[in-house]
Amino acid sequence: MKLATFRGGVHPYDGKEFSKDKPIKKYMPKGTMVYPVSQHIGAPAVPVVKKNDEVLMGQIIAEAGGFVSSNIISSVSGKVKAVEPRLLPSGAKVNSIIIENDGNYTPVEGLGQKRDYTKMSKQEIIDAVKAAGIVGLGGAGFPTHVKLMPKDPNAIDYVIVNGAECEPYLTSDYRAMLEMPERLIEGLKIMLSLFDNAKGVIAIENNKPEAIAKLTEMVANEEKIEVCPCQTKYPQGGERNLIYAVTGRKINSKKLPADAGCIVDNVDTVVAIQMAISESTPLMRRIFTVTGAGINEPGNFEVKIGTSYAELIEEAGGLKEGVQKVISGGPMMGFALSTLDVPVVKTSSAMTCMLEDEVARYKESPCIRCGRCIHACPSHLVPQMMMDAAEKVDLEVFQALNGMECYECGSCTYACPAHRPLTQAFKQMRQAVMAERRKQQQK
Amino acid sequence: MDVVAIILTAIVVGVVGLIVGLLLVTAGEKFKVEVDEKEVAVRAELPGNNCGGCGFPGCDGLAAAIAKGEAPVNGCPVGGAPVAEKIAAIMGQDAGAAVKKVAYVHCSGNCDVAKTKGEYYGIQDCRAAKAIPGGGSKACAFGCKGLGTCVKACQFDAIHIVNGVAVVDRNKCVACGKCASVCPNNLIDIIPDDAKYMVSCSSQEKGKPVKEACEVGCIGCTLCTRQCEFGAISMKGNVAVIDGEKCTGCGKCAEKCPAKIIRER
Repeated sequence: MKLATFRGGVHPYDGKEFSKDKPIKKYMPKGTMVYPVSQHIGAPAVPVVKKNDEVLMGQIIAEAGGFVSSNIISSVSGKVKAVEPRLLPSGAKVNSIIIENDGNYTPVEGLGQKRDYTKMSKQEIIDAVKAAGIVGLGGAGFPTHVKLMPKDPNAIDYVIVNGAECEPYLTSDYRAMLEMPERLIEGLKIMLSLFDNAKGVIAIENNKPEAIAKLTEMVANEEKIEVCPCQTKYPQGGERNLIYAVTGRKINSKKLPADAGCIVDNVDTVVAIQMAISESTPLMRRIFTVTGAGINEPGNFEVKIGTSYAELIEEAGGLKEGVQKVISGGPMMGFALSTLDVPVVKTSSAMTCMLEDEVARYKESPCIRCGRCIHACPSHLVPQMMMDAAEKVDLEVFQALNGMECYECGSCTYACPAHRPLTQAFKQMRQAVMAERRKQQQK
Repeated sequence: MDVVAIILTAIVVGVVGLIVGLLLVTAGEKFKVEVDEKEVAVRAELPGNNCGGCGFPGCDGLAAAIAKGEAPVNGCPVGGAPVAEKIAAIMGQDAGAAVKKVAYVHCSGNCDVAKTKGEYYGIQDCRAAKAIPGGGSKACAFGCKGLGTCVKACQFDAIHIVNGVAVVDRNKCVACGKCASVCPNNLIDIIPDDAKYMVSCSSQEKGKPVKEACEVGCIGCTLCTRQCEFGAISMKGNVAVIDGEKCTGCGKCAEKCPAKIIRER
């Protein structure tokens, strides 16, 4: 069978051997916990606790600040030390709730209570997902309850579990698929119970044959669920690319996956849904990979949200000498960190520690119009011409070239033989265009 | 040789020439474009950089606006007083007192005093650096990134990066405002050239993080606002701002400023 895929993309070194055979280790935090109120796309959450308040594990400490927003839940019990701006892995300074962990993990009432989703109504399930503060754990952080409430639920015919994990070095989704497949499948069934006409598809890149084999075997008797092996290619896990690979439908930035009859959620998100519904456990943990040639003992961890990156580095045996760069996320779409004093948020999936050899540090040279960026672009844009517009900061031309369809995957920069910093320029332009649009709206 | 043919040819060509000439003259009269003589004269006096500092599309645009009376005669910041005088003469107006203005960078965090948090080797442009997480190598998020976007924007060679921070050459600066419009941190203001004291910091952080990031940062202590007898200093968020209109240049604020960021220029 021909493997599902999209047009474009690149084949970077995948670096998954560092951590792919390391079982998930549960890590209990030692230091203070930091919970930024903005860990998702949309309006920031509003803190509902004050300094010196006692909080319990599983308690809502900040409430969703709008429809597209999400609750923040304390993953430990203890005392609120402060509510002050703290640095996020993404470089932004965001108001955060800081909690002194008392180490008891006293749960709130009802935490961990078993529930049967088949006896819950659709609205009850969506409300439970909303209360649990679940957002897309793949990286974008789109509130999941909003995804589960499309205009026409009957028009949804695909619920896709994104297990592509195309980002190099990352193995958290892979380990989750191997170690908690029951949770994953039950989570998918919960989602399918919301959409009567939908079938579930677990999309996995074919560089994870063990995961494909395991899940295929487990869903053999499930009528509505199938496993779809995809070609290993970056960015296969991009939402638009995955929808095209699985269904052949095309969407652009102006459409939501629901407009193409699809709901796409990351593996860890589906696991979080299962925990929230079947075990009354809100989103307090995530699977996190610490990897790269620059770390002594790469591994996968189940960490509590709010844990400091520095603690996890220590847990993974510390940094090796000569580490040049530590990235939050993977090398293609991650953010380089200037400090390790940042918390694990809902959307942080990994930390990649790189030695000098791994760091791409090239001198830029002029464009030779070879067109490799055009072949690589998964959104079928012309990065070379967009770069011309970016150099002149010409917002009109950039938009005319459909520059806003770029989602900054980095494939063009990877493919460019002249080492031109295309993605950064597009990031700058996209921000400038969005700022300009906001200005126009205010007028 | 046929003399008659030559004469005939001459007559035909001559008559055709005459008709075409007459046609051109009538067309020229009929479709004449009215040009305001004042506009032409004003345009001749303008510097011709087409920098856009006046807010009009180039020197032609300003000349047209002045001739129509829509712009003041001293509307060209580049030409300054001498040009304003000449244009005033053309327009038959008083030039008015044109104050020389210059750009000023509200940051003094050079490489010796500003701390760095990492190494930035992306696109060498402040706007591109601002767009990525972390926003450049300096620890202070509000200060001059020192990558020289303003230098590239300046048509008058009046702003340079000196030891990691943008510095304006007061003699060359014509206050066109190009640098101010490209600075992603909005650090550059157009101020009167004779303003004596200025706040050389724009950090909106509170005291401790300011000090952690830079040795010469405004810690927002508000000592200067209480010191000023003329009410010229106010706090804009966590940073002091001097109102040039009210400032008398007594220098008491600079004397008291614990961080030494209010300075005599």
